[in-house]
Amino acid sequence: MHMVHSLASPNIPGSLTALVALAVEPLAHLRTLDIAVIAIYFVMVLWIGFYLKGMSNTGEEFFMAGREMTAWIAGLSFVSANLGSLELMGWAGSAYQYGILATHWYWIGAIPAMLFLGLMMMPFYYVSKTHSVPGYLHLRYGEHARVVAAISFALEMILMSGVNMFAMAVVMKVVLGWNITFSIFVSSVAVAVYVGLGGLRSAIFNEVLQFVLIWAGALLVPILGLVQAHGWEGLKARILTNVGSDSYFHLWRDTGSFAANPMGVHWTGIVFGLGFVISFGYWTTDFLVVQRVLAAHNLRAARMAPIIGSIFKMAVPFIVILPGLLGLVVLQNPDGSRRQLVGEDIVAACSISSSGAPTDPSSCSAAMARTTLPAAYQQKVLSGAPGAALESYNQALPLMMTRYLGPGLLGLGITALIAGFMSGMAGNVSAFSTVWTYDLYKPLINKRGSDAHYVLVGRLSILIGVAVSIGAAYLVMQFHGIMDYVQALFSIFVAPLLGVILFGMFWKRTTGLAGFLGLLLGIAFSAGLFLWVKLNPSALALVALSPDAKPMAENVYRALWAFLFTSIVVILVSSFTRPRPVAELNGLVYGATQLPTEEAVPIYKREWFWATVVILIFIALNITFW
Amino acid sequence: MHNSRISIWFFIGLLLTVYGILIVLSGVAEWVSGQYPPGVQLTRLHAPVWWGALLSLLGLFYLIRFRPGKLGK
Repeated sequence: MHMVHSLASPNIPGSLTALVALAVEPLAHLRTLDIAVIAIYFVMVLWIGFYLKGMSNTGEEFFMAGREMTAWIAGLSFVSANLGSLELMGWAGSAYQYGILATHWYWIGAIPAMLFLGLMMMPFYYVSKTHSVPGYLHLRYGEHARVVAAISFALEMILMSGVNMFAMAVVMKVVLGWNITFSIFVSSVAVAVYVGLGGLRSAIFNEVLQFVLIWAGALLVPILGLVQAHGWEGLKARILTNVGSDSYFHLWRDTGSFAANPMGVHWTGIVFGLGFVISFGYWTTDFLVVQRVLAAHNLRAARMAPIIGSIFKMAVPFIVILPGLLGLVVLQNPDGSRRQLVGEDIVAACSISSSGAPTDPSSCSAAMARTTLPAAYQQKVLSGAPGAALESYNQALPLMMTRYLGPGLLGLGITALIAGFMSGMAGNVSAFSTVWTYDLYKPLINKRGSDAHYVLVGRLSILIGVAVSIGAAYLVMQFHGIMDYVQALFSIFVAPLLGVILFGMFWKRTTGLAGFLGLLLGIAFSAGLFLWVKLNPSALALVALSPDAKPMAENVYRALWAFLFTSIVVILVSSFTRPRPVAELNGLVYGATQLPTEEAVPIYKREWFWATVVILIFIALNITFW
Repeated sequence: MHNSRISIWFFIGLLLTVYGILIVLSGVAEWVSGQYPPGVQLTRLHAPVWWGALLSLLGLFYLIRFRPGKLGK
């Protein structure tokens, strides 16, 4: 597939970079009212940053938002930090390409892990009073494990932030015709100002604001699309006519073999690789999201936050997957025929010259042959006929927005995309700042600084983090090939980290050396698998268990093997080393921890009650769209 | 978040109200003049009017419920 996703953010295809050079007409033209809507948003986020500056003076306030967030605020921020604009556009494009299968990344790929975090893991993160996930590893396993995790996190966050920044700027160029440097600098300076001033509190406040904006800006598109497609049944009937396959409406039915579904995935990979390793790895150990919940004002709020977040996460396909499906039936060419979207590689291969014809007709012709576009339309593109433009899958959401949203509403939709990008970036830099200050600078460089000194280091690290991200964005622009490697970082680190945290939290016998070696060797093993497939693509059939497997399956299975490998290392090393006395594990390990007693509340305020409600809805949705 | 502070919901209410009013006014202007943006579908449903009104109402609710000085978070 052209866009391979991790949970942290969709991977950006290398061919996207080729779009930078295209001099095509932008998809949307903003009017004065749209510009005003976007400008008001920027004024608001900066105002929030300045307003909160006075409340972010101590380390606890700056890095942990004073640990006084309600469950609702922590929960919405928890979901919002993950809901980047590339995520929205990428999954809408995937839904256009693969149908409802893309919903797995929102349901089984998120909900069980979010509930597990809230019910089972939050008590240990919260009671240990750690500042970060590497901080938990320090308490449980010692300094070495913390340093390995902290360096991995810091590297991943800054580089990913740069890659996303670049991809967002490309999107703004393609959709709005904005200059790349303008998009990069305006958005990153705004993020640096509001996070640098207000710290985590400002990042969280803005994430909640951005979450509301994403819904306000994007919800109207599926509503109007459904009206035009005559409801869900009408949509299904027209997709059947247009595409000729009902696989587009089935989550599980066609996952019995790799070849039976367009995504090339098998249900074992979805359940064990995505639903367990990748999803649990991301939602329960990625500090970017866990940090939001650590800011909750008490243990009950910390446990409720991911559960509240899971309810909204379950609803996100309505504004992401549904517009992608609707795009299959409502998008039209100027002549009224059905508009078919294609991969970015096809768009890039058919880039046009000033005369309107493709600059390289032979490569365009070869690219066309790989599509299902009607022959007449292919001829139109090759001859540079007016109105015969090619749009990529990832443009599905912006195309749907321009179809239904007029002045003002379009500005709100674009603001939703910008807000999504900024919330993701703010999440990256605020998490980077905490990990850098508490897990690298404080233990390794200056152990005896004052609280004010560490807050200053935190503020400076946000500025430096943003500057390095900008550098990474330009690096990717110059050397397109490194993008794949940067994006692989998440999938390389996530499984080993999940292994050592789960064993650390739920098995008293796990030793410090086992945690450290499990993490280090697990990362090496996972990186080795990645490089093996990179250098020898035929190895994918072995890693993903089938010659029919597609790249989407690789991430999932690599994570599964890396998790199993890490688990074996942890179990073996623990068996031959001496565990810590149980008394030292209080607050860190299940079965060795006295949890604080919580005040009695009515059943409708209990986390177990809401988790049960969520799981019942989750099961019902999976059966409904089986 | 102490009560003397401005709640995040107040900021959200303010933003939604401003956006809602701007979008409603633009929608009403389109309706009255009969001039709709070219290429936009389903203009007969007047989405900017009712969607903008919905955003304004939601925004006003949060604006009043969480105004500075009033109890709430």
